Amino acid sequence: MPPTGTERPRLAVWKFASCDGCQLTLLDCEDELLALTDRVEIAYFPEASSRMLDGPYDLSLVEGSITTAEEAERIQDVRRQSKQLITIGACASAGGIQALRNFADIESFKRTVYAQPDTIESLATSTPIASQVPVDFELRGCPINKSQLLYVLNQALFGQRPTLPTHSLCGECKRAGVTCVMVAGGTPCLGPVTQAGCGALCPRHNRGCYGCFGPSETANTQALSPHLERLGMDPPALVRIYRTFNAAAPQFQAESQAHERD
Amino acid sequence: MESLQRIDLVGFGSLLAQLQAEGYTLIGPRLEAGTIDYGAIEGPDDLPIGWRDEQSPGRYRTLPRNDRAHFGFNATPASFKTRLHRSEETVLEVQRGEQGELRFVPVIPAVKKQAWIGARSCELAALAIQDRVLKDSADPDPRYAARREGVFIVAVHCGQAGGTCFCTSMNAGPKAEGGFDLALTEILDGPEHHFVVETGSDAGAALLERIPHSQPTAADLRRAADAIEHARATMGRHLDTDGLKTALYAQAQHPGWEEVADRCLACGNCTAACPTCFCSSYEDQVELDGANARRTRHWDSCFNADFTHLAGGPVRASTPARYRQWLTHKLASWHDQFGTSGCVGCGRCITWCPVGIDITAEASRIRQANGEPPK
Ligand code: SF4
Ligand code: SF4
Ligand code: SF4
Ligand code: SF4
Repeated sequence: MPPTGTERPRLAVWKFASCDGCQLTLLDCEDELLALTDRVEIAYFPEASSRMLDGPYDLSLVEGSITTAEEAERIQDVRRQSKQLITIGACASAGGIQALRNFADIESFKRTVYAQPDTIESLATSTPIASQVPVDFELRGCPINKSQLLYVLNQALFGQRPTLPTHSLCGECKRAGVTCVMVAGGTPCLGPVTQAGCGALCPRHNRGCYGCFGPSETANTQALSPHLERLGMDPPALVRIYRTFNAAAPQFQAESQAHERD
Repeated sequence: MESLQRIDLVGFGSLLAQLQAEGYTLIGPRLEAGTIDYGAIEGPDDLPIGWRDEQSPGRYRTLPRNDRAHFGFNATPASFKTRLHRSEETVLEVQRGEQGELRFVPVIPAVKKQAWIGARSCELAALAIQDRVLKDSADPDPRYAARREGVFIVAVHCGQAGGTCFCTSMNAGPKAEGGFDLALTEILDGPEHHFVVETGSDAGAALLERIPHSQPTAADLRRAADAIEHARATMGRHLDTDGLKTALYAQAQHPGWEEVADRCLACGNCTAACPTCFCSSYEDQVELDGANARRTRHWDSCFNADFTHLAGGPVRASTPARYRQWLTHKLASWHDQFGTSGCVGCGRCITWCPVGIDITAEASRIRQANGEPPK
């Protein structure tokens, strides 16, 4: 039986550099939230409750990437206090859209945006949580998928290792009977190199995949890119398509850089 | 062959209406979202009348025809596999009783009557393969068997072939040789537009008795034979199967597997689109309150690394090994395992491969070139 009452495991939800969208996915689990709070004590979740209890925590969900020295220190503390640490979302797992800075000069950004750039303390790069501390599981997506989140939480609470598909999105299209936008419409799609998990949201709406869930296990971007070019993408467009929420995921980063040199 | 009859367009409408009256849900081709695919239909008006498809490696389009053909197109994106071997289904429910005891309840669908309108020869050949593996084997799948039981098949012999079709090479078409209740050949010749009907079962013969039909003329029979001959002559592709199994076995270490893997995305579209591929994985999900659990089965693919993941890692660790598994299983080891080829030449894997990898081209390239010994 799942633990109940006073023995409930303690859950903490942390935010680093991020938009809060993944935390909102947790709050969006309206129907399941009550069942969840029966199972866990929400000890620390500032986005949802002003009650903030001290650690240690049985399970920490971490949203966001590391973009400041303060964050780099704080994540060490979170790790120390957490039995299990699961990252949620593209920011925490790959550096997020803010990792676009990794390809540019942060100092010039600061000068352009802020009246007093000296007051901004920011690292030159945005990096995933796993680059700083050991991570027990990375839940992909921008934002994460609600049912995957519930599954991962459930597995963690039962002490089981979550297993989520790491294959490409195409499997989800075919299972859902979604017509391939690339074959039937000539629309460029990152699905063949993107990890499944979103339920083929974009192809369902006749759009190509944008790669929100990051590279799939065998992402053969070098084979996909020439095909995207045949469908009309020029090198700058290729750089942009690989350079979104998972810009700093190694396979996507290498592919965008290859086309930058073109 | 003495059972050949002729029905006109009105008779065809009656055929569908009669099936409905007998409690069948009609599953037939429809023009939808830029494809011609199978779905629920209510009558002839729902068919893609006057439409065709255009298929080539990695490309599919629908286009208007210059006639009112009802079945003037070829392989649909999804095969009938999706109707029997569902892409996702619950197979077992586990419930916790009041005393904490567990009850295991297998989920088996009720037999439902469905009539498939327009199944092609390749489709029926694939169905026979799936029947052998999933229904008539030592360990049948009760869910597949239950769905299969309710199926009535109105086949259509192809009157044209698609750009990726090669059923003639696989002995699987374009004329259906069995496995149907009724089979139609659509006759379209100037003002002539009707069907020649062949009965394939007692149920088919009984149904035909209940709808208006007549004796076909000699010209009708000639036109029907011509239509099928036209399909044979327009076959988009060809595969030399002579000695293919031995040749492929001999080329297991061929560098060509690496070469195709450079182009292959390992996306698994080919396996999902293939009407004979059946590989699946199972997953257990426990509800949040821990009271109930469910076991689900879903399509998987030999292109997925986690599909063959064992304690030590995936059995086929690289894309060359996975592509070799796919092609060799379809065209060679299937013979040893199930007594037939695993490929019926429908061309779906070619059309629906996003980068247009062509199994016929790869197989002949690999068998022809001299393999380098393994490094
Ligand atoms: S639409 Fe995109 S993700 Fe879906 S099958 Fe086609 S290429 Fe794959
Ligand atoms: S291997 Fe390709 S051509 Fe052969 S049956 Fe499967 S999808 Fe059709
Ligand atoms: S493979 Fe043969 S039977 Fe199948 S659609 Fe093409 S011509 Fe018809
Ligand atoms: S052959 Fe084509 S469809 Fe099959 S896995 Fe490779 S790229 Fe995908």
